[in-house]
Amino acid sequence: MQINSPAFKENARIALHDVNLQKALGNLKAGFPTKRAAAVARMPEFEQLRDEGTALKNHILENLDIYLEQFEENVVKNGGHVHWCRTSKDACKTILDICKEVDAKTVTKGKSMVSEEINLNDYLEKNGVEPIETDLGEYILQLRGDHPSHIIAPAIHLNLEDVSDIFHEKHHRPKSSDPAVLMQEAREMLRQKFASADVGITGANFFVAETGSTIIVTNEGNGDLTQTLPKTHIVVTSIEKVVPTLEDMTLFLRLLARSATGQEFTVYNTLSTGPRRAGDQDGPENFHVVLVDNGRSEMVGSEFQEMLRCIRCSACMNHCPVYGAVGGHSYGWVYPGPMGSVLTPKMIGIENAGLLPNASTFCGKCESVCPVRIPLPKLMRHWREDEFSRHLSPKAVRWGLGGWAFFAKRPALYRILSSSSNLFLRLAAGKKGRIKKLPLASGWTNWRDMPAPSGKTFMQQYKSGKKD
Amino acid sequence: MQSSQKPIQVGLFVTCLVDMFRPSIGFATIKLLESAGCQVEVPEAQTCCGQPAFNSGDKKTTQEIARQTIQAFDGYQYVVGPSGSCIGMLHYYVDLFDEDDPWKARAESLKSRAFEITSFLTDVLNFDQVLASYEGHATYHDSCSGLRQLGIKQQPRKLLAKVAGLELSEMEEAETCCGFGGTFCVKYADISNRMVENKSTYIQDSGATTLLGGDLGCLLNMAGKLKREGHNIEARHIVEVLAGMTDEPAIGEAAYSLGKPL
Repeated sequence: MQINSPAFKENARIALHDVNLQKALGNLKAGFPTKRAAAVARMPEFEQLRDEGTALKNHILENLDIYLEQFEENVVKNGGHVHWCRTSKDACKTILDICKEVDAKTVTKGKSMVSEEINLNDYLEKNGVEPIETDLGEYILQLRGDHPSHIIAPAIHLNLEDVSDIFHEKHHRPKSSDPAVLMQEAREMLRQKFASADVGITGANFFVAETGSTIIVTNEGNGDLTQTLPKTHIVVTSIEKVVPTLEDMTLFLRLLARSATGQEFTVYNTLSTGPRRAGDQDGPENFHVVLVDNGRSEMVGSEFQEMLRCIRCSACMNHCPVYGAVGGHSYGWVYPGPMGSVLTPKMIGIENAGLLPNASTFCGKCESVCPVRIPLPKLMRHWREDEFSRHLSPKAVRWGLGGWAFFAKRPALYRILSSSSNLFLRLAAGKKGRIKKLPLASGWTNWRDMPAPSGKTFMQQYKSGKKD
Repeated sequence: MQSSQKPIQVGLFVTCLVDMFRPSIGFATIKLLESAGCQVEVPEAQTCCGQPAFNSGDKKTTQEIARQTIQAFDGYQYVVGPSGSCIGMLHYYVDLFDEDDPWKARAESLKSRAFEITSFLTDVLNFDQVLASYEGHATYHDSCSGLRQLGIKQQPRKLLAKVAGLELSEMEEAETCCGFGGTFCVKYADISNRMVENKSTYIQDSGATTLLGGDLGCLLNMAGKLKREGHNIEARHIVEVLAGMTDEPAIGEAAYSLGKPL
């Protein structure tokens, strides 16, 4: 996926005026947050579960090497292969090599944000392998030449009409506004692809050290068909998704479904433990796990380690008022919303991530719903410190801040500044009590009035003897 | 309340916005604190809590301002301010200094003494003798820092319930950010505008004619929007109502006397 993060501000401006997108975002607000709240209300021990999930993730991150090696050992024992890939490029090349080994023409894919992260589809296409997305949302996006705007609901930025239009154009069938008809249409189109694919690629929501298993959760069942029908199954996943035991996995599954969609549990929870064994009725002959690092091992032990607790539930973006206003594409890369504002700079460099960590009011709602209690505002603030110390913040911000700081650090001078600004604002407002247009504050007055000071400053009045 | 004892010594953290835009909030806070048995002083060396620098990533300036504020409030039994956001910032000071820095302990001390006004009255003083009356239908906006950082939710409602004549209706999304966010409202003006536009709709839908909140920043933002959209809804800081000081026009409303400037 192209990096478009530095254009966040422009992207956001366009998104704010996109009528269809705004309609779709309205649906988001009415959907996931409400369902999550209901699911949490049904489960009194949810807070305790969050604490357990947080502690377990911390434990995993402190012993990451041990669990990863244990996982590899068990995958090999089961007859599979593990490939360690430090960069996106390594991962893409490894996957292509496996495809070439089995002379693959087409590859079916279950949804995987990691494969978006490493830009796998483009790479495969350029090298003569056709990737076919099978998650309904991803399938729609692929037809449109579009990208996900949300990590669990990739096509949430689209409305029913958008889907109907692209299906009509690509499937050459009559238009329909009935979701069930459209769904059936997609199903028919995808069936043949499932059956004829040479390789199936899925992501993994988690993978289990004690058994060497990987798991995907879906609500469509497309993941099952992707990983059981083709002769070769490749799992592409990132290193922090390891969990020690099957039981640990269930803790995260409970947190994930409730936080993501407000479900008690996702409809399909599909485990893969190596290739088909003698006597198995189905399953792939070859089983590969591609473990992607892509900057994550550097985060271990750094001030960003807590970000690696993320289980990709999307609760932070579902509840973020900024995401709710501008949608996921505005963030300009794979991971949107608050989690993306922390993760994106790490993966593509703060220089390429624009001012994403600034795209937050620090309202803290993201942290308050995060199932593994990631302090997202604190981590965004780390990035802001990094930007500031490297002089990446805009000049206007630096100079404005410098001027303000000069006075804020000198109380006596500060009083002179505040009382004269106070007078200026009162004069500007006249008798109206508010100001419609203020030079240098057009960001404010373009859209709202500026309430005028209601009298001299507090300090002036207090010193002149007014008590209350 | 504490008439038989030595009065509680409180240093008032005025907040820069209250100082500049709405002094009455400062005076209402003093009145409330005094009626709860406190002796209030206003240290002169205070300016701003340092939030603009902190949220812009300028750690050095934040530390300098933190040290100045810590010093200004040394010796007060409690530090109280009419803003969850600014008091929340005083709590963040502890994160600015390393363990072996002597300022760390002083920041810890300030944190243990610093309270937002409704939380101080309710949680610390157990004060419920609100004698004010206010004839009106109000709705309350939960400002983010007060709500999520300091756990302020029931305290203002508990106090408002004591105000004679006041009817309180909850708005939808009362806990959603209004889009102010300090410098955010200027840096991302159009996103901020969308957020306050949404907020305005929720406020109107509540049927209330008065909007109350505990943070002047948010109130300036919402009042500015409500006025621009032409709604007849007045915005006030909660302490004005609790202290019975609602005789002056609401935030952003007409006809202040210019007085004798300076």
